[in-house]
Amino acid sequence: MDSEIFEKYKKGDRSCLIPLLQDIQDKYNFLPESELKEIAEFLEMPLSRVYGVTTFYNQFRLIPLGENVIKVCRGTACHVKNSANILFNLETTLKIKAGETTRDRKFSIEVVNCIGACSIAPVITVNEEYYGRISVKDIPKVLKPYQPATRAGNKPKVKETNEQEVSK
Amino acid sequence: MNSFLEKCCDECWHSKDKPCDLFIQCCNEGPLCHHNAECEKEIKSLNKRLRYEEHDIPVIFIGMGTCGLASGALKVKEAIEAELKKFNIIARIEPTGCIGYCAKEVIVDIKLPGQSRVSYCEIFPKIIPQFINTTLVEKKIYQENLLGTFGEHTIELPAIKNHAFFKRQTKVVLENCGIINPDSIDSYIAVGGFKAFDKVLRLKTPEEVIKTISSSGLRGRGGAGFPTGKKWELAFKRKSEIKYLICNADEGDPGAFMDRSVLESDPCRVVEGMLIGAYAIGAVKGYIYCRAEYPLAIKRLEKTIQQCRDYGLLGDNILNSDFSFDLTIKKGAGAFVCGEETALIASIEGKRGMPKPRPPFPADSGLFGKPTIINNVETFANIASIISRGSDWFSSIGTKNSKGTKVFALSGNITNTGLVEVPMGTTLKDVVYEIGGGIPDKKKLKAIQIGGPSGGCLPESVIGTPVDYESLKEVGAMMGSGGFVVMDEDTCMVDVAKYFLQFIQSESCGKCVPCREGTKRMLEIIERVPVSYKGTKNKSDQLQRFKGIIHLRRLADVIRDTSLCGLGQSAPNPVLSGLRYFKDEYEVHLYERKCPSGVCKELLVYTVDNSLCSGCGVCAKKCPSGAIAGEKGHAHYVIEEKCIKCGMCFDSCRFNAINVN
Repeated sequence: MDSEIFEKYKKGDRSCLIPLLQDIQDKYNFLPESELKEIAEFLEMPLSRVYGVTTFYNQFRLIPLGENVIKVCRGTACHVKNSANILFNLETTLKIKAGETTRDRKFSIEVVNCIGACSIAPVITVNEEYYGRISVKDIPKVLKPYQPATRAGNKPKVKETNEQEVSK
Repeated sequence: MNSFLEKCCDECWHSKDKPCDLFIQCCNEGPLCHHNAECEKEIKSLNKRLRYEEHDIPVIFIGMGTCGLASGALKVKEAIEAELKKFNIIARIEPTGCIGYCAKEVIVDIKLPGQSRVSYCEIFPKIIPQFINTTLVEKKIYQENLLGTFGEHTIELPAIKNHAFFKRQTKVVLENCGIINPDSIDSYIAVGGFKAFDKVLRLKTPEEVIKTISSSGLRGRGGAGFPTGKKWELAFKRKSEIKYLICNADEGDPGAFMDRSVLESDPCRVVEGMLIGAYAIGAVKGYIYCRAEYPLAIKRLEKTIQQCRDYGLLGDNILNSDFSFDLTIKKGAGAFVCGEETALIASIEGKRGMPKPRPPFPADSGLFGKPTIINNVETFANIASIISRGSDWFSSIGTKNSKGTKVFALSGNITNTGLVEVPMGTTLKDVVYEIGGGIPDKKKLKAIQIGGPSGGCLPESVIGTPVDYESLKEVGAMMGSGGFVVMDEDTCMVDVAKYFLQFIQSESCGKCVPCREGTKRMLEIIERVPVSYKGTKNKSDQLQRFKGIIHLRRLADVIRDTSLCGLGQSAPNPVLSGLRYFKDEYEVHLYERKCPSGVCKELLVYTVDNSLCSGCGVCAKKCPSGAIAGEKGHAHYVIEEKCIKCGMCFDSCRFNAINVN
């Protein structure tokens, strides 16, 4: 049991469920089954209810993510600027679908409704890094620093996002 | 003194545990409890320093909202720091929020001692050496990236307020955004912050506050436009020991980012609005329900709330009165429906975010069964200005039924993307062409999408429509939270309708049948429209394609009339407005099986232009279905049967040799 997380909350207070789940997920990167059981016991509610909440919200996941998480914004502004193509390209490059993780656990692709950076659409984020005004042609460059170095000593730098031209 | 919390001398006794009722007034005009020329000078100088009117070293302001950071503000900061070190210049670097001109981030302002603040745009690390050399070493204006000055203007140095992007705007909510340091409560107090709350607490009764808000004509900025004063009155009249106040910062509308920007750039203003609201309705506890996708906004809010507690502006017996109020941040977990008030309440209670039928309205029985008021971020951000400048001032801005200003998030195919605040009644045309700078690449405007998934797409023919709650509804859109996505001629309206339906369909909570099943059926109908002959497998499929469109309108009516909450009730809007204004486009898709904008992939045919193809083979390598064949060095060709129309070849070709028809 992660006492340091549970300590912050009142036992049996069901309104703590979502923050509790968020904290657990922050720690483990996903929600392990054992922790869900602990939560249900701690908040004195049925496990089915905890599971119900977990699956209702987009944020929670029951399977672990890869080392690098690519989030593709699919907001309206990004859609107008062709983010569907970017997602498709990422999917074919990494050979996984959105919501999946590569077999070597290096990359996961997630689709988010809107990151709120519509002014620099289309946007993707890799871990915490934002890449704005991205085009399909930029994708290999963006992914390179995160990929395992295939050719030794050949680690090109990512071109800074702001230097990129607004591309359609 | 470096902050207002420090005491000017031993006479001052304000602290968190022993608050002084004149604290806010004292910060600006103090000291009030004793006379001391030294203290007076000290406080005055602190105010001036915090307003950057008095300083002996240069101050460099860097726009560090999410948009600034995404454009590389941190790298700019590092580069500036390195450059300052090189020249041995001592300067203060002050982070600010977003001034709204997101298209031109990173925005850096320079203020030299005794001179006015000058703003520069599109500052990138590689120009920093030159930039710092010109502005700080030679102390000249760096003309290339000049945006304008905040002070007196000349021909060489234009005023920022006369800049085309800012000229037509009236800033009320965004007044301090990009100007002050959002991490410091002191800089908010120095520009007159918390004065309105102080006035309310000492001089006004809750009834008077509600009356002021009612007569100002302020309506909820979250989309529905319910009069705020009326809402507060309902809660005020309910007798209950515990009442709650909730700030709705669950800005789920794709394409809207006003709330994020306000929370990142001026969080204190929202807290002050909430304090006034809590005092008016008698709330003891408040929540800010913020999306987890906005980590920076949450971080800044947390800091602000902590500072407010330290200053005695949140907690028990605020400023030595009998008013107590505290705030908690609740992080949303990514569900669009939680923007609906009853769903939001359910989410705070730790349940699945599903709406409940109303009545009972939250003002009667809301969070944990207690009277609850929920207002949008922008609504709260308006409150302080209404109190300090008066309801007459507020109602003088705007139109007959919609008062004040509205913040829009301009995005999509428009030159000046960013945040704009315009008086209600400004026409769409002015927003797009005057402020937004028109459509880039000399393309034509096709549609303006207002109000997110609940709003509609408006064509050029109604571009003269003023922005206010009623006019927008009349033309088939709605104010929504303020997303303003501009679409040019390369956007396909069938594709846009499909996009919104997909969004609504995946975000429908599933509680009521019309929304859960109805939107799914609508999506299926729309999905059948952009399908090639090859895709429609048999004759009955082709028949369904036409039948569906006939049923679409009736289906939309049923969903609108019978859904439980706003999400379902407004779900058909993007489709209905599309059918109303872009009927020909639907017809071309239906009868001719063509997509005039070249977006609906299934209707496209890809061919290789033999004269341009160099035979490099990149497209063949990229093609996920192996539909491109050819020998290296010779022109390639597309095998139509295998092509899945993904467009990878088009995107990857460096010679523009792929034709799309």
